[in-house]
Amino acid sequence: MDAAAPAARPVVEISLTVNGRPHTLTVEPRETLLDVLRVRLGLTGAKLSCDVQVCGACTVLVDGLPVSACTYLAYEARGRQVLTIEGLADGDRLHPLQQAFIDHAAFQCGYCTPGMILAAKALLDEIPRPTADEVKHYLRGNICRCTGYKKILEAVAAAAEALAARHG
Amino acid sequence: MLRPFEMHQPESVEAASALVGRYGDEAAFYAGGTELLLVMKEGLVRYRHLVDLKTIPGLGALDYDAASRVLRIGGTVTHRALERHPAVRERFPIIAEVERQVANVRVRNVGTIGGNLCFAEPHADPGTLFLTFDAEVELAGPRDVRTVPMGAFFTGAYETARQPDEVLTAVRLREGGPHTRWAYMKFGIHERPTLGVAVALTLDADRRGVEDVRIAVGCVGPTPARVPAAEDILRGAPLAEVDGRLERAAAAAAAAADAVDDLHGSAEYKVEMVKVFVRRAFRAAAARFS
Repeated sequence: MDAAAPAARPVVEISLTVNGRPHTLTVEPRETLLDVLRVRLGLTGAKLSCDVQVCGACTVLVDGLPVSACTYLAYEARGRQVLTIEGLADGDRLHPLQQAFIDHAAFQCGYCTPGMILAAKALLDEIPRPTADEVKHYLRGNICRCTGYKKILEAVAAAAEALAARHG
Repeated sequence: MLRPFEMHQPESVEAASALVGRYGDEAAFYAGGTELLLVMKEGLVRYRHLVDLKTIPGLGALDYDAASRVLRIGGTVTHRALERHPAVRERFPIIAEVERQVANVRVRNVGTIGGNLCFAEPHADPGTLFLTFDAEVELAGPRDVRTVPMGAFFTGAYETARQPDEVLTAVRLREGGPHTRWAYMKFGIHERPTLGVAVALTLDADRRGVEDVRIAVGCVGPTPARVPAAEDILRGAPLAEVDGRLERAAAAAAAAADAVDDLHGSAEYKVEMVKVFVRRAFRAAAARFS
């Protein structure tokens, strides 16, 4: 043994599905899901901002539930389904939430938008026709510093309508 | 960026306890990570070994026993699982109500009740509420399992009665009777609460007087705590003439508050708010009888 050799860092092999595509990766336990998505998989929609689970810019869905990918170990996603903003559209056809955010001018700089839309998707999956208070409550942890939120609330309400119409 | 660590995946509480026993100060139990990973990122603590409690079967169980009317919340039950559980919503609506307001939905999806209690961050909600249920905490060590009353669990800011190699396996609390109502009121200007007050109010059978009351104040000092001095003033009071006693009880709670200055406000300010929120929470609980 070479005493000067650095100790090998612990690694763990994980299999997960990201936007419908299976991946098997060797990661360090310390790697966050956000780093793996952005750096390893090139999915840069989820953003690093506050790094303490307050702002929501890094929101992705794991088995349908919003998590802060900045403070969620990639290890935790083993065996799970991860959805990022890149996986939301159906080919060239935008998801009704994405279309509603465009139609209602619900973003300006766009930094919060991927997280905001994914949180809204989780909400609408859970409560298809939420009240305005339910939308505000659910999105309370996603911060936008541009829109003042009114446009976002309008967009989510419109997307709920569109999804309800689609599902009859 | 987190420093390197090894992740252990024990399949039993005994194995988890033994791992922390073996690695000592270099190891920590890991559940949701919503608190632990933040302080590890900041470099405030450094662990070379994390012991994942979520790989232990059964630790995430949430059970209500109708015979004993006891809810048993497994250590790795998430805030969101607690919030959404049918028996909790039906039998312990105050718990669902309080959990719904913890942090944000992402934290609630991942953060656990055991982690919340063991981290003992003073600015938290569940501990304060659980004090008004006379809850009990189950701690499993390498040799035995012991039960600690909630009132003896918190020993200081970020400090509890749990030994380093003990796993918080569950919290147990009993459903209130037909004449008991709860209220929890909090306010905050940051992500975490600045103040939280829980009241469990039991009226006598004809609902004219205070048979019993439990009041707990959290967030303002190092630990959440019951306020027996305030409870004693209110116990036995006729509801129609409770206002004067409520003033005195609120003042007693303020006097008992071990408030500290921090980013949430000065101790002086918090003491005044304790007075206001004890009054409000008591009245909110009383209003739930009508």
